[in-house]
Amino acid sequence: MGQAMNPAVLQAKLWYAQRISAMVLGICVAIHLGIIFYAIRGGLTAQEILGRTQGNLAFAIFYELFVIACFVHAPIGIANILQETFPSSGIAKPIASVLGLLILILGSAAVFGVYSAGSL
Amino acid sequence: MSSRPRLDSRAKSHLSYFAYACHRFSGLLLACFIPLHFLMLSQSLRGAQGFGQSLALTDMWVFKFGEWVLVILLAVHLTGGLRLLMIEFGSWHGLRKGWIQLSILFAIACGLLFLYFAN
Repeated sequence: MGQAMNPAVLQAKLWYAQRISAMVLGICVAIHLGIIFYAIRGGLTAQEILGRTQGNLAFAIFYELFVIACFVHAPIGIANILQETFPSSGIAKPIASVLGLLILILGSAAVFGVYSAGSL
Repeated sequence: MSSRPRLDSRAKSHLSYFAYACHRFSGLLLACFIPLHFLMLSQSLRGAQGFGQSLALTDMWVFKFGEWVLVILLAVHLTGGLRLLMIEFGSWHGLRKGWIQLSILFAIACGLLFLYFAN
């Protein structure tokens, strides 16, 4: 422990993490697309959204799982693109880390927000 | 500067390159959009009224157009990603070009459905 991971092992682990998260996202995105088409009929209103989500634990658990899968999946993809495009700049890791934090914090705040509607 | 291999026009005209480019482009744009999407939804922490004020922004045509594009990109990334998982984890059946065609059709269908349901 404490030693830096072998780069090849790290790359293999990241590849696997992205594929496993992709499998979760495949299901989540398919369901989300269905919800989008259902929700946009007649326009989106705050009352309508909160009416579906407020106090709905199943919705909250599903969307938190979705957020966690995004948190794993998107930063690895962005890091790969940045590393390939700007290999010697060293920007891949910091930008991917910021993206990961933004997704986890804002995503969890969004899930908690639509679950509680600001009243907890 | 880039560490990607140089590809000639013959390689770039291959349907799999088109699938690769679509998957990259859609993934990159979705990754940029997701924090903004969550920021908007987290405004629900301010209660129904505060959330409603933030949602009113999305009535502007530029946001509506953006949402439409993003739904199409999401559909492209979903089916393109399923194709990659089939190639990497399924039994070997070549480059699964049928999935590329399916991705295009699915994205068009999602784009049209969005236009049909949205006001």
